[in-house]
Amino acid sequence: MSTDTRVAVNKTYKLFIGGKFPRSESGRSYEVYAAPRGAKTSRTFTDPAFLANVAKGSRKDARNAVQAARKAQSGWAGATAYNRGQVLYRVAEVMEGRRSQFAAEVAQAEGLSSARADAVVTAAIDRWVWYAGWSDKFAQVLGGLNPVAGPFFNISAPEPTGVVAVLAPQSSSLLGLVSVVAPVIVSGNTAVVLTSQDRPIPAITLSEALATSDVPGGVVNLITADTAEVAPWLASHRDVNGLDLTGAAGVSGLDWGDLEAGAADNLKRVLRPGGSGVTAVEPDFTATPALSRMTTFLETKTVWHPKGT
Amino acid sequence: MSTSTDTAVVTAAEQTSRAREILGVSRLTNQALTRWLHGLPGVDQVGCEARAAGLGTRSIKTTAKAWAIDTAISMIDLTTLEGADTDGKVRGLVTKALSPDPSDPSTPHPAAVCVYGDKVAVAKQALGTSEVKVAAVATAFPSGRASMPVKLADTQDAVSAGADEIDMVIDRGAFLSGDYLTVFDQIAAVKEVCGPARLKVIMETGELVTYDNVRRASWLSMLAGGDFIKTSTGKVSPAATLPVTLIMLEAVRDWLELTGEQIGVKPAGGIRTSKDAITFLVAVNEVAGEQWLTNTYFRFGASSLLNDLLLQRQRMATGAYSGADYIADDSPSLY
Repeated sequence: MSTDTRVAVNKTYKLFIGGKFPRSESGRSYEVYAAPRGAKTSRTFTDPAFLANVAKGSRKDARNAVQAARKAQSGWAGATAYNRGQVLYRVAEVMEGRRSQFAAEVAQAEGLSSARADAVVTAAIDRWVWYAGWSDKFAQVLGGLNPVAGPFFNISAPEPTGVVAVLAPQSSSLLGLVSVVAPVIVSGNTAVVLTSQDRPIPAITLSEALATSDVPGGVVNLITADTAEVAPWLASHRDVNGLDLTGAAGVSGLDWGDLEAGAADNLKRVLRPGGSGVTAVEPDFTATPALSRMTTFLETKTVWHPKGT
Repeated sequence: MSTSTDTAVVTAAEQTSRAREILGVSRLTNQALTRWLHGLPGVDQVGCEARAAGLGTRSIKTTAKAWAIDTAISMIDLTTLEGADTDGKVRGLVTKALSPDPSDPSTPHPAAVCVYGDKVAVAKQALGTSEVKVAAVATAFPSGRASMPVKLADTQDAVSAGADEIDMVIDRGAFLSGDYLTVFDQIAAVKEVCGPARLKVIMETGELVTYDNVRRASWLSMLAGGDFIKTSTGKVSPAATLPVTLIMLEAVRDWLELTGEQIGVKPAGGIRTSKDAITFLVAVNEVAGEQWLTNTYFRFGASSLLNDLLLQRQRMATGAYSGADYIADDSPSLY
């Protein structure tokens, strides 16, 4: 036996709530496997490789995450737009430093070649930069001075809606995740994110990037869990103000219509998944995003102010 | 739920003679009290904390949880003890006590509202004929640093304004320097002034340093005529911890056995979540016994606890997690 045999140091994957990395209160975990590569019939097909045991978040973890998000919301919304833009840009910087780790994890999770995975990571980093730029511009684009018949200034300005529960896309484990989280938080919302159920590892690494960037604790909370189990609790949670159903696509045992019905109880803003009717389809995240990802989670405040003579 | 227990008026002299009887001495001296209190068995600190931690692990679910939440709500002394208290804030608190959850009239009332002595009349008037009681802190709360005539006048003032219950503080300085007789005399004197109002004796356990002292202070307070022993003012940290409450529950249990008189316990300060409250109820049931599981003999001194209990109650009633938007805000901003 060789003397330099070393016991493997495996990472414990945990949740990200309120800027901390707790285990699930339930104590549960589940196994995550790499995406299969090649067709099952092909000669080169191998069984998906075991990657890690990941914390299996419960409804109580989701509740704790909502509490953390609520606590962080006023401070984050109160930060200047310029400051929020800088913070988002900083996330891109920190991700750049971990590029190779992200690329390897995306390649394993999504079954991509390393060149494709690298392109996905690049796109994800650029998406942060793109949204960072929006932080001090969306109010100008979406708000404005309304013409009124009287001696008043009538000004509409968008404001964040509050705490938003996000079902992250199931397939696009990093680019898709960034593309749903960044538009929610750029305007001052805080997010509780259910990561891709079967591909959670890039999301966990993103949480480490968020923790070491300047994003205040609680602004983004990431929970790895069985989506169909936890999503209904977030959908019906009365302290959640918005719900992004993008990740409802491709989850067995989950009808996004039920989630929307649960969300109706306290009039949450709901972003429906792509597709038509009951079939939900995951959108193509490589395209330039539509503004609706931001506007769904904004409230328009209109103020009247008398004009001077 | 709330039972009226108007206590008989007991004079300080009667209190002293009863104490003489219990101690078996002909004259109540500091020496006799010291001998008696220091003769109490010492508290096993590690064992006590382990027992408290063990009780905290009980899992209370579904119907038991629903019962516990309602019981805990009915045991709350809804408290506002701020320098910035106004008549309006006290009325707001009373409104909250009368109708804790306007969306669900089946929600039980807290046992009492707890205010400073000068706000008793306002609270009393706002409560009208309701069975919710008014508790007033007195005797130079929270430090207790005033001369005896001032403390008695403070108490008298609250009682004449209509307070149903008086929360007094003991002289911790005298207690810690071993002057037990002074502490006894002060409690007995305040008890006499209380008349029919029930007397809660605040020991401020956060300042008593050791568990042995908590046990001694509990026995001394009961000997001197307290109807309730209460952990803390809420102004000192640590306030109501589970081990300290455990010791007090043991004391009232043993006191019942010794004298046949049932004394109440009130942990106050630092109990903020439903989970904490339910843990305390478990301790009450396990340590003192089921007959303490009523608001006549057990209270929570709390302000934010009620909101968390209401959130849990709504969660159990609707099946969805609730939020701060769905309960009345009883702590309006000062601006």
